Amino acid sequence: MKVLVAVKRVVDYNVKVRAKADGSDVDLNNVKMAINPFCEIGVEEAVRLKEAGTASEVIAVSVGDKSCQEQIRTALALGADRGIQVETDGNVEPLVVAKLLKGVVDKEEPALVILGKQSIDGDNNQTGQMLAALAGMGQGTFASEVAIDGDKVKVTREVDGGLQTVSLNLPAVVTTDLRLNEPRYASLPNIMKAKKKPLDVYTPEDLGVTVTTHLTQLKVKPPAERQAGIKVESVDELVDKLKNEAKVIS
Amino acid sequence: MSTLVIAEHDNASLKGTTLNAVAAAQALGADIDILVAGGSCDGAAQAAAAVPGIGKVLVADNAAYEHQLAENISLLVAEVGAAYDNIVAPATANCKNFMPRVAALLDVAQISDITAVDSADTFERPIYAGNVIATVQSADAKKVITVRTTAFDAVASEGGSATVEACGAVHDAGISAFVGEEVAVSDRPELTSADVVISGGRGMQNGENFKLLEGIADKLGAAIGASRAAVDAGFVPNDMQVGQTGKIVAPDLYIAVGISGAIQHLAGMKDSKVIVAINKDEDAPIFQVADYGLVADLFDALPELESKI
Ligand SMILES: Cc1cc2nc3c(=O)[nH]c(=O)nc-3n(C[C@H](O)[C@H](O)[C@H](O)COP(=O)(O)OP(=O)(O)OC[C@H]3O[C@@H](n4cnc5c(N)ncnc54)[C@H](O)[C@@H]3O)c2cc1C
Ligand SMILES: Nc1ncnc2c1ncn2[C@@H]1O[C@H](COP(=O)(O)O)[C@@H](O)[C@H]1O
Repeated sequence: MKVLVAVKRVVDYNVKVRAKADGSDVDLNNVKMAINPFCEIGVEEAVRLKEAGTASEVIAVSVGDKSCQEQIRTALALGADRGIQVETDGNVEPLVVAKLLKGVVDKEEPALVILGKQSIDGDNNQTGQMLAALAGMGQGTFASEVAIDGDKVKVTREVDGGLQTVSLNLPAVVTTDLRLNEPRYASLPNIMKAKKKPLDVYTPEDLGVTVTTHLTQLKVKPPAERQAGIKVESVDELVDKLKNEAKVIS
Repeated sequence: MSTLVIAEHDNASLKGTTLNAVAAAQALGADIDILVAGGSCDGAAQAAAAVPGIGKVLVADNAAYEHQLAENISLLVAEVGAAYDNIVAPATANCKNFMPRVAALLDVAQISDITAVDSADTFERPIYAGNVIATVQSADAKKVITVRTTAFDAVASEGGSATVEACGAVHDAGISAFVGEEVAVSDRPELTSADVVISGGRGMQNGENFKLLEGIADKLGAAIGASRAAVDAGFVPNDMQVGQTGKIVAPDLYIAVGISGAIQHLAGMKDSKVIVAINKDEDAPIFQVADYGLVADLFDALPELESKI
């Protein structure tokens, strides 16, 4: 079976992003970019399915401008077999990404589509669910365990009260949570090999999708600043402050 | 204008997060109905009817909705929601699961995790782990919204008497099935609505040591949380995770113990009213957001704290 993995180019998770002083947008000048951590976990899961003989081919797909080919190459270095870039002018909305991915799904007919649960830039947590709806597939979101079981997949999900397990007909969509696996590092030889792996580029028109805008970002601002606090010298002082100054315990 | 709030519940009762979502719905300024979809969910429906200011409570009571399977619930919400201008739900793991599906079925965007309503089409929402607050405007006629519950004070749970009526067709997509669940049972308050939260991180060293937090939590009536590192290391279950990709909390008092203060953790707790940090590393970033920082070994500080409160 074929596995399709969606990978997004985002700011590296160690970067503390700030709003520009004029509030027009965030300042992403010269910041390190990377593959979204949840997508990296998705690639790892797909590659493990291939190594286990369950998957026959792993295809990494990214939607964005040419720079996202870098993240597709990272996925190829981690073990994906080939890449697909859907070329857009920069970032597009989750609904549009989902429509474009649906276009790729129609072409490739994978048995399993793996996405991250959330992109760490927009913190949307939408695309996988939207793709599943558009493709009429079942979804196993926030997955901490994925087990293919004949023509079904069993997914253990991280939910508010604990864990929930669902069984989905294949083809299905899975979105990854952090505990699903620990991604490997790409070795230098694999990084070299990845440069030679095939990478196709499609336009939205190729996939029959019109790029639309539903949400406009009007401005950005920093979050409310916290007042600088103090260091207390002892547990006694802490208890005193909490009782008499902050008045949060009695 | 009309707004449909999707209730978060466990069939028997309404979850507090529904009351936060109703508060956000009120800010939209439209008439509000509540949809309760579940299996044997009369208890939740009656509780929803007691919320003041609600027009009617629509109930879809069927086995297909018992476990909130997104494939089924989304079809129902898209059908019932067709008559409304806004569809609003709390940003819980459950609603985050099916709401984007609803939005896609209706061919509109979802506006995730709003923290403020500026006008009927303009909202604020945190992005980049809460390091930036974006103001976004929706061009869709119908708005599908999830609400960051900590940003809206819960409305009252009693005093209303809305009518309750059955609604919607039975939608069973037939592509997914519930297999089982492992739900933690605890006598402590729920993490997302507790007045006091005490969380442990990697510095706790193991799950056994979380007992040191329990004694304090018992005395303060606190919920217990954790950093992702503590969850990953298997000290505690995943549902205790606070942060960008876990639960968002904003209690009156948040006590972070043996937690360094990574941006992903801060994203989940920095709107707490008073923050206390206990860490042996005086340079730990958690101290930059803490109102009261105690540089100490937690294995000394916790027993002493328990004995003095
Ligand atoms: C995509 C992504 C999403 C993430 N989402 C989340 C999230 O939602 N929530 C989250 O929490 N993390 C999240 N993380 C992980 C985050 O980046 C950090 O790795 C994590 O928060 C660190 O946890 P910690 O502070 O417990 O551990 P550490 O950073 O290892 O800190 C342990 C602290 O304990 C202190 N300590 C050790 N021993 C003692 C002692 N005896 N007494 C006192 N202090 C002691 C140390 O000084 C140190 O400061 C995410 C990461 C990624 C990549
Ligand atoms: N531009 C994109 N290209 C490829 N995958 C994407 C893109 N945007 C979102 N995704 C996928 O959808 C997941 C969730 O993203 P989001 O809904 O934006 O939080 C990501 O982890 C990716 O797997």
